[in-house]
Amino acid sequence: MKCYTPVIYKGLSPCKPNAIKSAVLQSEQVQYVIKQLAKEMGESPDIIQEEAMEILDEMGHRMQLGAVRFFAFTLSKIFKQLFQRVCVNEEGMQRLQHAIQEHPVVLLPSHRSYVDFLMLSYLLYTYDLALPVIAAGIDFLGMKIVGELLRRAGAFFMRRSFGGNRLYWAVFAEYVKTMLRSGYAPIEFFLEGTRSRTAKTLTPKFGLLSIVMEPFFKREVFDTYLVPISISYERILEESLYAYELLGVPKPKESTSGLLKARRILSDNFGTIHIYVGQPVSLRTLASGRISRCPYNLVPRHLPQKPSEDIQEFVSDVAYKMELLQIENMVLSPWVLVAAVLLQNLPAMEFELLIEKTLWLKGLTQTFGGFIEWPDNLCAKKAVLSGLTLHSNIAGLVDGHVVLNDKGVEDGAVGEIVFRHALAVLMCATYRNQLLNVFVRPALVAVALQMAPSFRKEEVYSCFNFLRDVFSDEFIFFPGISLKDFEEGCFLLTKCDAIQTSQQEIYPTDKGSGTVSFLSAMFRPFVEGYQVLIRLNTYIPVVNNAYKPRRLKSQLIFRYLSKEMKEAFTEKQFIPAVRNFVFQLLEKGSTQCYEALSSDMQKNALSALVQLGAVKKKKTPNGFTYNVNQEAVGKILDMFDARIPVQKPVAARL
Amino acid sequence: VAEGAGVIEPGEKEAQGWPCHSTAPCQEVVATWGLVSSPRQELLKWNGWGYNDSKFIFNKKGQAEFTGKRYRLGGMVLPTFKEWIEKTFGASLEHKTTSRASLNVNDVPPPIVNEEFLQDLRATKISYSQDAEDRVFRAHGHCLHEIFVLREGMFKRIPDIVVWPVCHEDVVKIVELACKHNLCIIPFGGGTSVSSALECPEEEKRMIISLDTSQMNRILWIDEKNLTACVEAGIVGQDLEKQLAESGFCTGHEPDSMEFSSLGGWVATRASGMKKNIYGNIEDLVIHIKMVTPRGIVEKNCQVPRMSTGPDIHHFIMGSEGTLGVVTEVTIKIRPVPEYQKYGSVVFPNFERGVACLREVAKQRCAPASIRLVDNAQFQFGHALKPQVASIFTSFLDGLKKFYITKFKGFDPNILCVATLLFEGDREKVLQHEKQVYDIATKFGGLAAGEDNGQRGYMLTFVIAYLRDLGLDYYVIGESFETSVPWDRVLDLCRNVKERIVRECKEKGVQFAPLSTCRVTQTYDAGACVYFYFAFNYRGISDPIHVYEQIERAAREEILANGGSLSHHHGVGKLRKRWMKESISDVGLGMLRSVKEYVDPNNIFGNKNLL
Repeated sequence: MKCYTPVIYKGLSPCKPNAIKSAVLQSEQVQYVIKQLAKEMGESPDIIQEEAMEILDEMGHRMQLGAVRFFAFTLSKIFKQLFQRVCVNEEGMQRLQHAIQEHPVVLLPSHRSYVDFLMLSYLLYTYDLALPVIAAGIDFLGMKIVGELLRRAGAFFMRRSFGGNRLYWAVFAEYVKTMLRSGYAPIEFFLEGTRSRTAKTLTPKFGLLSIVMEPFFKREVFDTYLVPISISYERILEESLYAYELLGVPKPKESTSGLLKARRILSDNFGTIHIYVGQPVSLRTLASGRISRCPYNLVPRHLPQKPSEDIQEFVSDVAYKMELLQIENMVLSPWVLVAAVLLQNLPAMEFELLIEKTLWLKGLTQTFGGFIEWPDNLCAKKAVLSGLTLHSNIAGLVDGHVVLNDKGVEDGAVGEIVFRHALAVLMCATYRNQLLNVFVRPALVAVALQMAPSFRKEEVYSCFNFLRDVFSDEFIFFPGISLKDFEEGCFLLTKCDAIQTSQQEIYPTDKGSGTVSFLSAMFRPFVEGYQVLIRLNTYIPVVNNAYKPRRLKSQLIFRYLSKEMKEAFTEKQFIPAVRNFVFQLLEKGSTQCYEALSSDMQKNALSALVQLGAVKKKKTPNGFTYNVNQEAVGKILDMFDARIPVQKPVAARL
Repeated sequence: VAEGAGVIEPGEKEAQGWPCHSTAPCQEVVATWGLVSSPRQELLKWNGWGYNDSKFIFNKKGQAEFTGKRYRLGGMVLPTFKEWIEKTFGASLEHKTTSRASLNVNDVPPPIVNEEFLQDLRATKISYSQDAEDRVFRAHGHCLHEIFVLREGMFKRIPDIVVWPVCHEDVVKIVELACKHNLCIIPFGGGTSVSSALECPEEEKRMIISLDTSQMNRILWIDEKNLTACVEAGIVGQDLEKQLAESGFCTGHEPDSMEFSSLGGWVATRASGMKKNIYGNIEDLVIHIKMVTPRGIVEKNCQVPRMSTGPDIHHFIMGSEGTLGVVTEVTIKIRPVPEYQKYGSVVFPNFERGVACLREVAKQRCAPASIRLVDNAQFQFGHALKPQVASIFTSFLDGLKKFYITKFKGFDPNILCVATLLFEGDREKVLQHEKQVYDIATKFGGLAAGEDNGQRGYMLTFVIAYLRDLGLDYYVIGESFETSVPWDRVLDLCRNVKERIVRECKEKGVQFAPLSTCRVTQTYDAGACVYFYFAFNYRGISDPIHVYEQIERAAREEILANGGSLSHHHGVGKLRKRWMKESISDVGLGMLRSVKEYVDPNNIFGNKNLL
């Protein structure tokens, strides 16, 4: 049996999971809320205390070394079946080892798969590091035995939403903080909140992050280390599941039998996993000079306190910073490049051309700071071929051409064909998506260059700024530094000779027009998709001579939708409605934007409209409803429309 | 003192027969010369702390020794001290720095002289001096950088003249003259400031008068019915207690600096005494204050325990740090000298338990005259200052004690900490009180550790200030600073501030881990006063004072971030001014400023402290 003696936090006062629970229950924080609730509801505190105890029992982990060993044993077998290799940056593990001894540590991995936290725990165990306690969604508890096993391996469970439940919030927050303060174990959770179905980093959630930061704000700990961890998969275990889900085929509930069924995949090959453990970031360093200390000094520390605005802003900044670090360190496989190229050249692409383009894109990605796993001695052909082999379910080689593997039932109805194709496109997009956050700044400059009526810097920037706002939920931008992002984008484009800048102007070079159009094509699914989606929200007079014919297709949708969308609607109504219309459009062949079918993009577009003030979000007892402000939506469309010469070649400008 | 122009010689004062006293109600004038008489330079070090004859040295055998006969430690050999200093700081006896042997008069900035003022001053017959040594002696307090400058450099700006008023009326005359000629006055009491309060603002172009209150050192009267005494503000603590003791009284106000600090200085800085649990801090002790300001004299019309007449004007004066005027006379509460005193000490398994015990003692409001909790590093430090024991028996007993605590009771000698106690009062009550406190201590895992340890703890308070001078000889610089903090944050604050110091040292390139230690020195209902010592070996650092100041500033930032105060009793001076706005808000600062503007519109009291 492996000898497991992890290094521990220097200030650790060892205790059992149950001792933590009772400490949480007896804490001033929880007791205060219990008393408050008892007073408000006129109940006896004992009853509420019991409720709190139940919450704790539901939530709490029972980390046991035995279970951990069992897991480690089983996982090592399963992982060996599934994956070819697991690559880890050793120096990152060493840094982590130091960090764990010094201060409480919070592990912040990216979330692409259920494998994430299993793999991470397994890894830490293998490296003789303290096992993390993991905030997992309560849905895991539905899995009998496995839920319990996870619990014993250190997972604790949080309900997906508990905004209104003060007792739950208090107990949960105190539970997390108690473990953090005592240095009991590293705490692990996912900033993204859930698995990203698109492999594109999701915008961060702030709740848990602000909980783990609070002990530092209140100076209950000297410092806290935040460790961004990037986990990337050459092939994602759940890839087809995600694609179905995005297309509206509901996600199967987590169940043990489901997991057993999933064992089918054991015979499949999922390539390599790359884990990059980032440099631990000291929260103290991040906060220095940013946090006014007064608010925490004037209220007893055990009272629940709504974080001040500058604290909220700080938490959000930290969250974005951590995600950007995750993105920066994410290892990209050659297949990601292949997918990006392929998607621009559907339905079929000559194999040799694909190789050439892939190699070109590799250079570009590296210029933009992407971290590609591509050994020096690996020739491009081999790389592309091995990608095709691993992903034979997505694409294949037919007569010297690479095509998407979307032929399910040959004789299917039109709808079925569209669905199969959409499935293949979305799966393929999952891999291209891994590039997007690396490319987003220069690419949006490229798009802006095409949108702007002239090459004047202000105009290009204003378009860039608009796009950045519209896509604020789609891609990860550090809040409030639009100009810096713009400058970075311009810098990167200049670096690869795609553009030139003068005092007043930014313009594409002759040599760079290929790059610029490639970049804007890369983001076209989003630009077009958003336009389609946004249009669904508005009503524009049916016949307007000012509109050019190419916009007719969209007008069709408005005419149809305007009736429904005038009234308040919920997200639950919105998504299927939108899906149906896009589906119809695709069937008619009036758009080629298959990605607009993705529920992820649909939600993001809606929330972008909310943020831009074009749609009003209202809280009602049954959740949120949305109201469209026709005029504002029209304006946004004008920004896109009136100025975007869609697909107009850049060369025409010169 | 080469020229001695205008310097009073002992005896001269009585001969002059001060007319002002005939009007004062001084049935009981207890005239003495005070321990620290003018010129104090003869008794005190010019470039370090305390008496000339008292200091730590390494004797020929290389063992540490404390010289002089003033302290209990005097003449004793401290066998383990050298090892401790080497181990703690990585210092070595071979690497020595030496201070300049004496003041180089040529370095001293020439005085700015206002001849008309001098003429007027001569007419008043008030003693004064323009001698370089006199001026330099009053140009500083005891901050590290000030002592460092004395040893190796020179102040850019020092007082241009020193005056020695002997009574309230003299002060009135001096202030009037300063106003007339638009000069700057910096009051000087005991000179023990640790907030840069005595440093002269470099940009001050007017003549700076150092107003030395040391000659105003008489007890004017004692009122046994009301238990008050009216005392001139220049008296130093130990003289005040000695003289009161002759009549069977004491004030009980014992700040650690009481050998040298003055009554006026206590008032001006809001001082706190070790035995405040019985006697109170200065704000609790003061009944009446007379202060001379450029606007005139400020005082109350009666000597009552409390009054409701708007905001208490005493609170404009206490903590004004010499920015508003000169405190000349103070009526202070006195108590009969306690019948019985008993020291004590308790060992706790760790600092957390110790703090919990102090908190409980405060909660039950049964704190002895003094109760202090030192952390492990300070416990070890105290241990290193244990003198050589005379008999084998004592050493055997010590060994036995140590065995009992560490082996039998399982205390880790690298974690345990010690509380020192001082009880005062009736013998019977003291014993009863003692039992109550020890009972509480037991509940928190404390073990009684004897009177001797307690007494040595308090003795060290006075001696510890001398240690810095020794350290300075061996590349070790250090300082103390303090704060007050609510009970629930004591532990976090202590841990974080100590850790911050260690980290900052590392970041700033300090080669050896610093000494970073604290003690809880006062308990209150709602919180505690925490005192930090911090020292490091600066070999290999080109600008140690700058590095030191950066670290000290970081430590203060840390204190504030942990909910501690800017100062509990050292005051703000110029050292901590930058945090005043944050501490008392914009409006609060404006309130203080408007008082200053009314009282002293021409900034005669221009030491630039506080605001």
